[in-house]
Amino acid sequence: MGVVLVNTCISLSKFLSWPAEETKYLPASSTVVEDDGTKVRKDKAQLSVSVKRFVKKLENISDNEAQEILEEKNYVAALGICAQGIMGNGSNISGGEVYSFQTPKRSNKMAELASELAQTPEKNVAPDDSKCPEKMAKTPQSSKRSGSNKVQQRSKKKEFVSTTPYRLRKRLAAPDPYLESESEYSASCSEEEDEDEQKEVSAVLSDQKTPAKTKAASTPPPRNSLAKKNKEQKMGNLVEEYFEAHSSSKVLTSDRTLQKLRKRRLDQQTLRDLLKNAPLAYAAEIRNLNQQHESLFSKWMLQLHLGFNIVLYGLGSKRDLLEKFRTSLLQDSVHLVVNGYFPSITVRSILNSITEEVLDHIGTFRSPLDQLEFITKRFKEDSSLELYVLIHNLDSQMLRGERSQQILAQLSSLPSIYLIASIDHINAPLMWDQAKLSLYNWLWYETTTFNPYVEETSYENSLLVQQSGSLALSSLMHVLHSLTLNARGIFRLLAQHQLEKKDNPSYPGLSFQDFYQQCREAFLVNSDLTLRAQLTEFRDHKLIRTKRGADGVEYLLIPVDDSTLTDFLEKEDEDV
Amino acid sequence: MSTCSVSKGCFVFKPSTKKRRLSDKTAHDFRCTSNDSEDTELRFVTCQSLWNQIKSETEQIQENLNKQLLDNLVSFLSRSHSDFQEKTTDWTCRMKFREIPTAALVLGVNVTDHDLTFRGLSDVLQDNITPYVALLEAKDCPGIKNLMQKLMGQLMKCDIDVDSLEDEDCVQVSQNRIRCSMPSLISWYDSVTKKTNSETPSKKRNSSSRHWQSPPVVVIFKDMESFTTKVLQDFIVISSQHIHELPLVLIFGIATSPMIIHRLLPHSVSSLLCIELFQSLSCKEHLSTIIDKLLLTSQFPFKLGEKVLQVLINIFLYHDFSVQNFIKGFQLCIVEHFYSQPLSVLCCHLADIKKRVYSLSHDQCESIRRLPSFRRYVEKQESGKQIELLTNDSFLKEETEKLLGDLHVYHENYVRILRCLHVFTSSLPKYPLGKQIRELHCACLENRVWETEEYESSLQLARMLNKTDLVTMLQQCVEILMSSSGKEFDRAVEKLKEFLTQFQNLEAEASQERDVSVSPQKELQKKTDLYHLQKTLLELKESRRSKKLTKFEMLRFEVVDYIDSLVRRYLAPADERALHEIVYFNGAAVLRGHLNAAPRTALHTALNSPHWYLKNQALRCDGGGISNKAPDICIVYKLHLECGRLINLVDWLEAFSTVVMAAEEPNADAASSDQVDDVIHARFIRAVSELELLGFIKPSKQKTDHVARLTWGGC
Repeated sequence: MGVVLVNTCISLSKFLSWPAEETKYLPASSTVVEDDGTKVRKDKAQLSVSVKRFVKKLENISDNEAQEILEEKNYVAALGICAQGIMGNGSNISGGEVYSFQTPKRSNKMAELASELAQTPEKNVAPDDSKCPEKMAKTPQSSKRSGSNKVQQRSKKKEFVSTTPYRLRKRLAAPDPYLESESEYSASCSEEEDEDEQKEVSAVLSDQKTPAKTKAASTPPPRNSLAKKNKEQKMGNLVEEYFEAHSSSKVLTSDRTLQKLRKRRLDQQTLRDLLKNAPLAYAAEIRNLNQQHESLFSKWMLQLHLGFNIVLYGLGSKRDLLEKFRTSLLQDSVHLVVNGYFPSITVRSILNSITEEVLDHIGTFRSPLDQLEFITKRFKEDSSLELYVLIHNLDSQMLRGERSQQILAQLSSLPSIYLIASIDHINAPLMWDQAKLSLYNWLWYETTTFNPYVEETSYENSLLVQQSGSLALSSLMHVLHSLTLNARGIFRLLAQHQLEKKDNPSYPGLSFQDFYQQCREAFLVNSDLTLRAQLTEFRDHKLIRTKRGADGVEYLLIPVDDSTLTDFLEKEDEDV
Repeated sequence: MSTCSVSKGCFVFKPSTKKRRLSDKTAHDFRCTSNDSEDTELRFVTCQSLWNQIKSETEQIQENLNKQLLDNLVSFLSRSHSDFQEKTTDWTCRMKFREIPTAALVLGVNVTDHDLTFRGLSDVLQDNITPYVALLEAKDCPGIKNLMQKLMGQLMKCDIDVDSLEDEDCVQVSQNRIRCSMPSLISWYDSVTKKTNSETPSKKRNSSSRHWQSPPVVVIFKDMESFTTKVLQDFIVISSQHIHELPLVLIFGIATSPMIIHRLLPHSVSSLLCIELFQSLSCKEHLSTIIDKLLLTSQFPFKLGEKVLQVLINIFLYHDFSVQNFIKGFQLCIVEHFYSQPLSVLCCHLADIKKRVYSLSHDQCESIRRLPSFRRYVEKQESGKQIELLTNDSFLKEETEKLLGDLHVYHENYVRILRCLHVFTSSLPKYPLGKQIRELHCACLENRVWETEEYESSLQLARMLNKTDLVTMLQQCVEILMSSSGKEFDRAVEKLKEFLTQFQNLEAEASQERDVSVSPQKELQKKTDLYHLQKTLLELKESRRSKKLTKFEMLRFEVVDYIDSLVRRYLAPADERALHEIVYFNGAAVLRGHLNAAPRTALHTALNSPHWYLKNQALRCDGGGISNKAPDICIVYKLHLECGRLINLVDWLEAFSTVVMAAEEPNADAASSDQVDDVIHARFIRAVSELELLGFIKPSKQKTDHVARLTWGGC
């Protein structure tokens, strides 16, 4: 990757005539392998001519940058930042730090960071050590021996499997066919230059115990020019990173899958149990934090009564906090709790529960707007009517739509409806335009709780949680039991066929013609019309999916995972 | 009853006993946190009455500001269908044109404030012109059918209002049955107008005093830009066919520019309209008036501190241009002030101060003594008085009353002089102290304005003003100072008048002196060498510097110096005054947190430096890093920052477990267990799904066991 980096720089400086002074440092500071050294040196010669020309430009640019930073500061100051006190959030962070563009990432970075973090002992490592950029550490010439020394000093904590320092092995890696075969890495579109890099990564990952990074003593650049250079380098890096990140759409990640980990997937229940047993870190501090928020309850009440609505944001589940608010202050009043994270929540159901349960109205409405009108009318007529609405996760999938938000906003603008809601998604505020914001009349409260989102994530089809499939299986059985024997036979045929082909990842499904043939042979159907009628029935119950292949042939597939299908067939066998 | 369920998302709780909280309990909320509960009731009442005053005041201001606009509109509407009034005669020529009279109302970008304007407008129209006003919003009218439905619904409702309740049921029925089309609308209109015409004379007089015999039907499109073009076009084309039967008038509410009409409507349609343009006051002027009437007046005891005002103004200028939001912020300030400052009970009108001061309890006296500004004040007094102030409650109360009175007087004088100064600074080139009086106000509140560079340079500029300007300014200042009730400025007024007469005298003298000037330039025109030229030029410069000032210049200097002295005397910043905390609200940070929050920043901080929130020594980590003992989600987040667009879950999991195991048992043999512990696996799953909930990642189908990263930066 180092090579790529250098190449990018060179091409940049050539074609864009961009300030390229930083490239001067690059050969020394990046992971350039000696094999390529000659090439680099050659390029460097070319470069040095142009460097001088650019230095001037660069200074200008950094001046501009300083100017911009100054302006930004002015703006921030103008907004009256004086966030002191405990609850003030990190408003000392300027926007630029939070939002910036995509930066290129090397695939082994995560592992490096992990091992770095892992190495950090209780007492923090001296800053110069921990912060020592690995680029420096990898200075080619010197570090081999001293690096290994250092590592061995450190290896009190870490068992050392291979005595060969990582750096050394990496150097040997290139001609070694053994490693090549071991490499598990492939890019979506792999590049030649990255071959080396990939091996390096695989080496890192294949034995975690080896410190991925040798912290070698390296000679830092002379002090006096350091600051300036750093700044320039930063600027240069920014540009360089930008182009690198946007140069190709290829993504480079390892090919390892969870299956190879020989790790059984956890289902929802075991996950819950496991987490229940795991102690919550920093319980005392979190409790402290929550107590601070709880002291605001009466203020919330006051502000709700004065016509404001309250929105809570910040990291951590705010469910418990709102529940506590509800149980401590709202016991004597009519209130509605909405679990926004509930996967099938709709605005309609919220409105329904208001009309049916709060207003005791029996009857239906043509549209949510009508319903809203009705509610508005009732609340305006009866001034003694008051309703507190608590919405957990106002920004959930189901409620974040424009129309839902519009209706909720209009609801919340009623003077006797008091809304208190929580948001979690980073882009949640984008749901609201000026009109909605003014309807909502929000007061924002930062309530960072650090509580785990237990309830909120329990519904989600989480990535790593195995779908237990029990629901799918029972529904499958249920539907099939209501069908004729022939229909069950047809489905069985399809299922068996699919199971036979389960090892073929690119199995498209059974083509209709083949299927018809098989069904005929089994005396299940007598014409393709009857088969089609059956299939329509299956399709209506979402038991099968049809897909048209590239050749125009219709393929049939059961969209259920293999284990469920096996279970199903076993059950069927028992029944028969 | 629990609110967790796998089958339900909404839970209604109704208290079994029907004891409902009523709004008088709001005062109760006020009490809860503040330690001394003695005066909360009073404080709350004061707060509410103050807010109500301010609210009615702002509504009044709003009304006055819109008056001009509304008057114009009303006259336009009454003109628009004058032909129709005359009945039958001119029909034919009208039919030829088929133009619908249309008012395009340019209201500015602060869409949220428009509602108020429209409400005022429809009230005025219903009072003066016609009972038939329909307000349409784009979100209610996705199609022409909905539009007609909405229109007829609204029109027939106003009909009920006018006809009182006598035949309500028949209208009610018809409303549901009638097919919503133009002909039915027309027949309805005919029947209604006929009815009013044929009614008993007494009633007729009653209604005709307000409306004409056949009042126009006004349709207001609140947000013209967001209507679908199709709907608008259809409606206009259809109604233009019927304009001779139905006196229709359209009003378009426009937020951007009048050009939008032509962009939305093709020529064939817009030619059916007879458009007249109306412009409302810009929101910035609106804000200036509000600030002028709410803040720069001694009418209300409550004042805003510099930072707070700055925050409110910046939210207005940088975010929404909404005067309503500004007022909302102001309301929040009042609530916060009365809620958080226990002594705010003294923040009342001058008349009540005495009573309230004398009913203060000992504890409250103590809290007065604790006020920083009061402490500063005490330190300045001589020792005898100091002891009295700190020990004797009744003496303290007297002093407090006096100080509060002083504060009131100070504010009154402050406003006058501020306006005078503004007269000067607002006409200087480049406006070193700002063009608007609010900027000047902020500058004066912030620190001693006469110590600032801007003030210095504006004085310099003021010393170069010409006479006519100077005289008009002085006259304005005299007017401002004369309008004050007190005698404070009698001397100042006299002095200024004296200046004015001196200027007039100057004029007489100047005419005599005019011929005196000898032009030194003439000497230069003689032929001369370089050396001499230089010499003469230097001499000339010398002479100019030492040249005696003309009388006008002297007088100008005097005037400016006098203004300067006034500024120094009266425009001292408020936080130098004793007891300013009682009257001035300074919680800018709170205000900003509530109105202009930064949720992303909060999340960023929590994830990157949990130490900020969880005060634990183990989390402290310098140099922007993160300790390996941080909460799981922080570690997972930190690790994911190191990845590109796609993240391999296996790698992520391994990295996570490396970190966590190292944190838990740093000396254990991490290598021995190849497999990841179940608990750690579970924790990882939880953290990852939390990140998904927060929107940092999403599942990806591009590659097995990969997730896609959704954010950049922050690393």
